[in-house]
Amino acid sequence: MEGAGRPVTLDVASVKKDFPILDRDMAGNRLVFLDSAASSQKPRAVLDAMDHYYETTHANVHRGVYTIAEEATQAYEAARGKVARFIGAPSSRGVVFTKNATEAINLVAHSYGRNCLAPGRAVLLTEMEHHANLVPWLMLAEERGVELRFLKIDDSGRLVLDDLDRQLEGVGLVSLTAMSNVLGTLNPVAEIAAAAHAAGAVVLVDAAQSVPHVATDVAALGCDLLAFSAHKMCGPTGIGVLWGREELLEAMPAFLGGGEMIRDVRLDGWTPNEIPWKFEAGTPPIAEAVGLGAAIDYLSGLGMDAVREHEIALTEHALSTLADRHGDDLRIFGPPDAHDRGGVLSFTYRDIHPHDLSQVLDSAGVCIRAGHHCARPLMRRLGVPATSRASFYVYNDEADVEALSDGLLAAAEMFAI
Amino acid sequence: MAGLEDLYREIILDHYRSPRNRGNLPSPPAHRVEGFNPLCGDEVILYVDIDDSGRVTDIKVDGQGCSISQSSASMMTAAVKGRTEDETRELIRAFKAMMSIHERGLDSNGDSFDGESGPVAPDPTVDMGELEALRGVVKFPVRIKCATLSWNTLAQAFDQASLDRAAD
Repeated sequence: MEGAGRPVTLDVASVKKDFPILDRDMAGNRLVFLDSAASSQKPRAVLDAMDHYYETTHANVHRGVYTIAEEATQAYEAARGKVARFIGAPSSRGVVFTKNATEAINLVAHSYGRNCLAPGRAVLLTEMEHHANLVPWLMLAEERGVELRFLKIDDSGRLVLDDLDRQLEGVGLVSLTAMSNVLGTLNPVAEIAAAAHAAGAVVLVDAAQSVPHVATDVAALGCDLLAFSAHKMCGPTGIGVLWGREELLEAMPAFLGGGEMIRDVRLDGWTPNEIPWKFEAGTPPIAEAVGLGAAIDYLSGLGMDAVREHEIALTEHALSTLADRHGDDLRIFGPPDAHDRGGVLSFTYRDIHPHDLSQVLDSAGVCIRAGHHCARPLMRRLGVPATSRASFYVYNDEADVEALSDGLLAAAEMFAI
Repeated sequence: MAGLEDLYREIILDHYRSPRNRGNLPSPPAHRVEGFNPLCGDEVILYVDIDDSGRVTDIKVDGQGCSISQSSASMMTAAVKGRTEDETRELIRAFKAMMSIHERGLDSNGDSFDGESGPVAPDPTVDMGELEALRGVVKFPVRIKCATLSWNTLAQAFDQASLDRAAD
């Protein structure tokens, strides 16, 4: 399926045609979508797969014996298998469908954090985490008095790991992002996971930014748990994934209660279902799972190596072009080498507030994010109240970088002091 | 689709580039009140001298944020300096009414849910002066909170002043 005959480079012109929204006219401009780190656009193949499922197959899963219920169950479980193969998981039993990456992390904080974390053990996070990987742990700390520690970052946005072994002493769980949603930094997850395991800690990876952009292999990462969302990887909103090592998931108690997650219910108690269904209470996002499966097929068709190569090339181009054109007016955060980062550029431009910048760019059809990117502690560390952020995906090209660059000049003209 | 010129009127850009009443006042006696918009990091710190009769004798603004939040704060200080509490509260009410026209429209797709009929009519008895320039903000719903930040903060200053008076 993969490998032979797959193009090494991405044909972006042809990829663009796969995304219907890119045909939208924005008051005379084309739509230049540079906010895929928040949520990606969807290719026709994903939209069609979900429509087809609803038009021909829909019924609740794991319940009916009739034909379409059986087919719906098969479609839902087939998506689980696709997810497992996409992230190098040994089997689909470790793939739990959740609402999104945030819920996946909350599942771990509730189930593992409140029941499996040995008393007195700390949780180690980093300064660059998204609120999704901060607040569940802050809640745990408030409720149970669990100590939280944070790996610091240096001025180029890399984790400082000099003191890792000492910081891991007494740690029961490490939870970190594989790729920063603000800085783009790709963290050395495998190295940290090895050190964490040597210290007896379990490792959860927030892979919401990395799985859509970098080929992922949970065995190579060496993590125990991995969380991501479908909507950032060409899939629909409303479904995410928690992958976990099977013996770990088996040891973790159920999170939400309801139908599907039980084997038996009596008036005086209940018995949990097997994994992964133990963690899937209620009717799951079935059409969304089908859409996620189609998104995985789409990305696999492009080839994740080609996706990553494209983003390195485009990020390199953007970093050098924008620096040449805007010099000191533009301050881009994060690692300077495109190989060390994803296609996420957070920046400040002159003294123009990100809101104003985003507004001016919007008038030219260019969508960028402005604000704190759900990472207030990181914003404080960087010493800025907010940044602008442009993020790339498979449908972006050098013309999109041009549009961004032109928009910066237009904003400079408008807000020149 | 509303054009940028509806939002960034020249008078707004002028207040952004050359903010009036920028700085701070000794506090106390000035009331120091902070306003914060967590979504975008806009921050307004007001220093307001309010005399015993409730009149704004001096006002300064500090903080940072986008052109809309900062120019709105600047225009507000120019508009309320020397005004009585009643006049100032009236102006706050009129300004927020001007800003809420579109908020209501959004909630209800044109029809009001809350039993009131249609958009809030501008109050003809309140002269908005150059604050009228901010009316275009309602066409950009996400920016309304930027425009109202300093006004909500000023209302807090008066609330604080009346609490202080009650405590004396």
